[in-house]
Amino acid sequence: MRDAAQTGDFCIRTKGRRIVIIGNGISGITCARHIRKRDPEAHITIVSGETEHFFSRTALMYIYMGHMTYAHTKPYEDWFWEKNRLELVHDWVTSINFEQKELQLQQQEPLKYDILILALGSKPNMFNWPGQELEGVQGLYTYQDLQKMNDNTANCRHAVVVGGGLIGVEMVEMLLSRNIPVTFLVREKHFWEHILPKEESELVMRHLREHHVDLRLQTALKELLDDGAGKVSAVVTASGEEIPCQFVGLAVGVKPNIELVRNTQLEVNKGILVDQRFATNIPNVFAIGDCAEYRVPVPQRQRIEQVWYTGRMHGETLAHNLTHPEPVAYTPGPWFNSAKFFDIEYQTYGMVPSRWEEPVTSFYWEHADGKIAFRAVFNGETKKLHGVNCLGMRLRHDFFDQALRESWTVEQVLVKLHEANFDPEFYERHHRDILQAYNRQLGTDLQQEKKEKKGLLSYLWR
Amino acid sequence: MNAIQKLGLGVFLLALLLFNALLFMGRFELTVQELEQSVKQEHVEVLRQELQPMLGKTYTSSFGFATDFNRYLDNYNEEQQRSQQWDRVIWDDYAFALARVASQGFVENNKLLLLFLTVILGAAGALVNILPKYRGEPAGIKNNGIMFSSNKARGVVGITIGVYLTAIYVLLYWYPEYLVNWALLVDPLSYALSGGPASQWFLYGTIYTLAILVMGVRMFRKYKGNNYQLLRTASVMFFQLSFAFLIPEVLVLLNLPWYDLKNIWPLDYDFFFEYSVASMLGSGSIGLFLFIWGILLIILAVPLFTYFYGKRWYCSWVCGCGGLAETAGDPYRHLSDKSLKAWKVERWMVHGILVIITVITLLTIANFFTEFALLKQSTDMLHQWYGFLIGSAFAGVIGVGFYPLMGNRVWCRFGCPLAAYLGLVQRFKSRFRITTNGGQCISCGNCSTYCEMGIDVRWYAQRGQNIVRSSCVGCGICASVCPRGVLKLENGTEQGRITDIPFLTGNESINVLN
Ligand SMILES: Cc1cc2nc3c(=O)[nH]c(=O)nc-3n(C[C@H](O)[C@H](O)[C@H](O)COP(=O)(O)OP(=O)(O)OC[C@H]3O[C@@H](n4cnc5c(N)ncnc54)[C@H](O)[C@@H]3O)c2cc1C
Ligand code: SF4
Repeated sequence: MRDAAQTGDFCIRTKGRRIVIIGNGISGITCARHIRKRDPEAHITIVSGETEHFFSRTALMYIYMGHMTYAHTKPYEDWFWEKNRLELVHDWVTSINFEQKELQLQQQEPLKYDILILALGSKPNMFNWPGQELEGVQGLYTYQDLQKMNDNTANCRHAVVVGGGLIGVEMVEMLLSRNIPVTFLVREKHFWEHILPKEESELVMRHLREHHVDLRLQTALKELLDDGAGKVSAVVTASGEEIPCQFVGLAVGVKPNIELVRNTQLEVNKGILVDQRFATNIPNVFAIGDCAEYRVPVPQRQRIEQVWYTGRMHGETLAHNLTHPEPVAYTPGPWFNSAKFFDIEYQTYGMVPSRWEEPVTSFYWEHADGKIAFRAVFNGETKKLHGVNCLGMRLRHDFFDQALRESWTVEQVLVKLHEANFDPEFYERHHRDILQAYNRQLGTDLQQEKKEKKGLLSYLWR
Repeated sequence: MNAIQKLGLGVFLLALLLFNALLFMGRFELTVQELEQSVKQEHVEVLRQELQPMLGKTYTSSFGFATDFNRYLDNYNEEQQRSQQWDRVIWDDYAFALARVASQGFVENNKLLLLFLTVILGAAGALVNILPKYRGEPAGIKNNGIMFSSNKARGVVGITIGVYLTAIYVLLYWYPEYLVNWALLVDPLSYALSGGPASQWFLYGTIYTLAILVMGVRMFRKYKGNNYQLLRTASVMFFQLSFAFLIPEVLVLLNLPWYDLKNIWPLDYDFFFEYSVASMLGSGSIGLFLFIWGILLIILAVPLFTYFYGKRWYCSWVCGCGGLAETAGDPYRHLSDKSLKAWKVERWMVHGILVIITVITLLTIANFFTEFALLKQSTDMLHQWYGFLIGSAFAGVIGVGFYPLMGNRVWCRFGCPLAAYLGLVQRFKSRFRITTNGGQCISCGNCSTYCEMGIDVRWYAQRGQNIVRSSCVGCGICASVCPRGVLKLENGTEQGRITDIPFLTGNESINVLN
């Protein structure tokens, strides 16, 4: 597929244009906020059926665990929307008439638009397992899913979570926080195998077991059994083992939530097809966030990007394009991401694949306690850094953003690694050990670049 | 909770029950001799007459005794006021002192035993409950279930504790005669330290210190593996035990004025009032040293340390109010109001109080140097009102009593004039800031939720802006609970500290202007 040719002006630019955004997730909201900054006249309406206000989807687990209430997860106070004249419509869109430029809503009057932004998000994958519709079996994506999980686990004695990815591990942690024992089924040989190299994956798995997770590798789900009353009573694995349980969390990935626009004029594949400025095939209709699929992917990136940060950057970029005469192509900087596995934080900068081939090579260091690790992947010949993973420690985004943009070598990075440290004060520091390990493994003799500056008494605080 | 922990909690609750029951125990009988020894010479005659019905009478609790005493004294005073005999009105507060000497019987005779059964056993029970916490679990902060907890989420338990604490503070500040039995308990300790009997303030200091120590141990458990939290907690425990509790008593033992060496004006609001200056300057070279030390803290230590480290060097490492908030108050930290409105109220209130105490202090000093020609004795009235409203009602009753209702830093945030002064330095001339880590924030809200000062940390973090706020006490909890490693407390160069129009790292398409 090629990028559609640019047709005429990018979008309607009349004063007081009606911009309607479907979806109040991070991408839709970011876009709305940035449009408002640049276009004080536009009528901006945000429609969403899930919740009236924007909340942080990434924080769903903390509501279940009792760290926060739903109210805590709202990034803006409720007065924010009216003050910025962002009209909120709490309803489901049932269909879109692209000709009439009109949305049908489930409860309320139809809505007219000049510009339509689709920020529909994702929904959990389901693989047609027998019994997946039983009560007590569910995915986790929406706020309603969370409420359901709350009800479904009220009297649960044993739970099973299927799927070795981030949402799976979050569900396991959620259940354990309520003292519900969990069996965690992972189809692959290692946890999060297609993303994490073996050592990192093993480190994480050790930690899961330390938290008494019953982790079953190379175990696929075959079917779910009925207790006779429409509730789940057990799962059966591919090898035929039956694991009794009262709750099953299905976390085997997400897919774009595009039922609304399937079989319309809008061109879709897995997601809504967009060019690099987020325009769809229909003029004045755009798509961003989890539901968008690039016709031509950005180099080194997936066609569909389903993370918080990309959703935000899509929103920023589209808002720019809608409010500036010269639209720009989406150009994300070096990749970054982060997650947390129980108590172990994970950050990554640049590209660290789970496996690599010559001339790409890697350097790995792990702390003696087995809970802190650092990996750099680089070109073995030129030493140019491709990316880093770190577990159990924090690194500075800006440092690696610069290093990757300016194509530093791994050695340039390692001799300055103390500058990248983002751990809290008084934490044990690892840059010397890491440099030593590198010297040992690669037979080099690198020295740390000049010591960090010492202000008055600052040695007390660093 | 395992069986041992439950046992600990049970012991603690029983000890607490007995402790409270003590207030209703004992016998109180005032003799003429005791009366004569406890009041000023000029009042002996009057009181002997007025209290005639009480003398030799046996009361079965301090409540009956104190109520009668207050009634007789009020009757007498009202009479004098009606007949305009102002000089005959008795302003001195004898209720606590008389209840002390009148006390007999069970509590008076079993001080050590009861001290053991209540305070010591209670603390031990609490420790037995706390020490096994998180044992065998990997290090990492677990805030599981906090929002479902009746105690921590303003449920029945939380409200009950709030009402109880508030009531205790009201008694302590204004009706200490009802707490006389508690003071008796710590008599042995007081004699050992300063050679004198325990006042209600010694009692308060003992419980306060114990609360910081025991709940400090809880901090060690809860935040294990987090060196910043561990050191900070150890620091407040140390400063409370030594500077606030032991050293002042030793000073008293040496016949010097009671003085907490880390208490700084304007938190220590009466530092410049005539009576404290007179007491310091009247105590020889050590008194003079204390006076100069106090002034150096105000004009040197505050700006200098705050420039280098932010106000945290005091508020969450040294201060006694902060010490209690950071230990006993930690379970309630998320109850602070994060709204923009609360921030507006905060700024007016806390700076308003700083202005008021500064004006009062300047008037007092001016009055002193003009040999009271300026305002005569009317500064006394200002002192009393400030002491009543701010020193007692706000800092004490609301400051601590409202922990389970409004969070653990209500006083520090809305009331403390020293925090306001430190905050001004921190905001405008300091190297301290909370750095945000590029574009890594996922807006989850843990940081804002657990900010005890009600700072909406997320608001800054999600737009990539450093957090430079006058109220930040640098407790570091936001950085500890952030699941994505976004926040770091740092002392760095002043340049680049305040980023007014930040842009988030990661998107090269545009430089996003927020
Ligand atoms: C449990 C969980 C944890 C996660 N953790 C992380 C993480 O740690 N880091 C990370 O980078 N990413 C994480 N993600 C992924 C991240 O949350 C998503 O990538 C991001 O929220 C997508 O944002 P969005 O704006 O594209 O869509 P969404 O946030 O999904 O918003 C779409 C909105 O559109 C509404 N909508 C859809 N169709 C209609 C309709 N027909 N009518 C009305 N409204 C409609 C939906 O109700 C929804 O509110 C997590 C996801 C989940 C589920
Ligand atoms: S806790 Fe961390 S990730 Fe969550 S909102 Fe705060 S800074 Fe962002």
